[in-house]
Amino acid sequence: MVETTLIDWSRAQFALTACYHWVFVPLTLGLAVIMAVMETIYVVRKDEFWKKASQFWMKIFGINFAVGIATGLILEFEFGTNWSNYSWFVGDIFGAPLAIEGIIAFFMEATFVAVMFFGWDKVSRKFHLASTWLTGIGATISAFWILVANGWMQHPVGMEFNPDTVRNEMVDFWAVVTNPVAVTKFFHSVLSGWMTGAIVVIGISCWYLLRKRETRFALASIRVAAAVGIIGTFAVMFTGDRSGVHVARYQPMKLAAAEGLMDGGRRAPFSIVPGIEIPGMLSILATHDIDGYVPGINDLLDGYTDPDGNEHLSAEAKMYKGETALRAFRVYRKIKDKAPKAAAEVKKVLDGNMEYFGYGYIKDRNELVPNIWLVYWPFRIMVGLGGFLLLFMVTVLFFERRGKIADMKWLQRVALLSIPLVYLAGQAGWVVAEVGRQPWAIQDLLPVNAAISSLSAGAVKTTFFIFVAVFTLFLAIELNIMFKAIRKGPGVDEGQ
Amino acid sequence: MLCIGEKLKSIWHFYADGFRNMTWGRSLWVLIILKLFFLFAVLRLFFFRPVLSGKSDGEKSDFVGTSLIERTEQVIDGK
Repeated sequence: MVETTLIDWSRAQFALTACYHWVFVPLTLGLAVIMAVMETIYVVRKDEFWKKASQFWMKIFGINFAVGIATGLILEFEFGTNWSNYSWFVGDIFGAPLAIEGIIAFFMEATFVAVMFFGWDKVSRKFHLASTWLTGIGATISAFWILVANGWMQHPVGMEFNPDTVRNEMVDFWAVVTNPVAVTKFFHSVLSGWMTGAIVVIGISCWYLLRKRETRFALASIRVAAAVGIIGTFAVMFTGDRSGVHVARYQPMKLAAAEGLMDGGRRAPFSIVPGIEIPGMLSILATHDIDGYVPGINDLLDGYTDPDGNEHLSAEAKMYKGETALRAFRVYRKIKDKAPKAAAEVKKVLDGNMEYFGYGYIKDRNELVPNIWLVYWPFRIMVGLGGFLLLFMVTVLFFERRGKIADMKWLQRVALLSIPLVYLAGQAGWVVAEVGRQPWAIQDLLPVNAAISSLSAGAVKTTFFIFVAVFTLFLAIELNIMFKAIRKGPGVDEGQ
Repeated sequence: MLCIGEKLKSIWHFYADGFRNMTWGRSLWVLIILKLFFLFAVLRLFFFRPVLSGKSDGEKSDFVGTSLIERTEQVIDGK
């Protein structure tokens, strides 16, 4: 029997690694845009100030990039060691996007990052500018392929399960690439990176204003960053809305948990905090219709009929179908070589119940409910902080345009405080996405207790604490190098 | 027009000069190399050996198939 502690430690380790990886990725994506915009201004206006400004943010980008590089590799190590059943079961669906990501990351980023850092006096201004933009585009394309893989886990499409190879085989690459969950997740995640980059740039710039140094540079950086951040935040809100509709459609349990909605219905309320609700708002968010039906946790477990007359199976019915699929899989594997004709008949049973395959591993229907507290609160943190950060950036831009921000110490201090908050919002978003889909490693097809390798919990625990120590060390080194670079400053205001 | 050899040479010089003239980037490269060493020479070698490595595709299918069925038995037959 798979130990619960093994599953918990493996999940904790994966979560730790993914959270650590997501410290670096959003800043890479956001800073790439901000420094490229600054360099574009330099190329258009031919003003050396903008060149030095973009070079400074490139330096911060470089530090973040160097420390963040290869942190994603650890996740792949964990797939192979801790989640070997999963790794094999997903087949080329997961392998293909990750391979494309690896190739693009290596060639595009390695080439254009080099030109960006080494090529200032060696290539033309326009070629250098193109390289800076392509560095950001390369990082964004890399993110796309990773999120295609993640989107497939949330909403598996474009594949068929082959019981001979025990793998899911891709039958429709286009369906995998255009998976609505993946596409929305891509834009939502990348654009949240723009927010992160913007808030970090505004925060560091305000630190200069508090110190009464680099004033021109700080104000110019705030202007560009706030504009990028506001555009990014509106786009994040739009994609967040799309994401809500997709979650309601493909992962209704995640939505019900995020709302703590036990009993659903029409005109479902949106919970701001426990006890304070907006009537009908959840129906609008989930279905874009105030009369839309949103099932609650009990409806999803008991089964329900929606207003269109569609019947949705109870947890027990799905578990029965899952058991049927697993029994057929077991018999098929036993007889496929000895009795191919009978095996073909058994395979039909498997195919007919395959969409519930994972439910066969569920012993108790309550296992299908994720940790409500751990989904409900991070969702509120993400949305609440997103709203606050938008308001903050609009305020910053408003006062910057009126030439007042350099004297507004309170706003500068809020800017500094906003840096950890934007990271908290991003991490909370991933907690909602990943905890909310538990117990599934692959939605409906493979729960974590079947996806995990047979290891000792002690071994996973050991590597968990090694990671904690090493990640903390690397993060401390990064922050130390970054703080040194910030303290030194861009030096563009000298003599002005 | 530069021939391929000259092009490769100029690319080589581009990178070589870039690395030679690095200032703050040097400490970052030390950090990257240390990290990659830790990842591949410590973590990969001692802690993260892929469970399915060294097996043929057929053996991997059998291994995972058996593992999934064993867990089926634990759940279904345990009911």
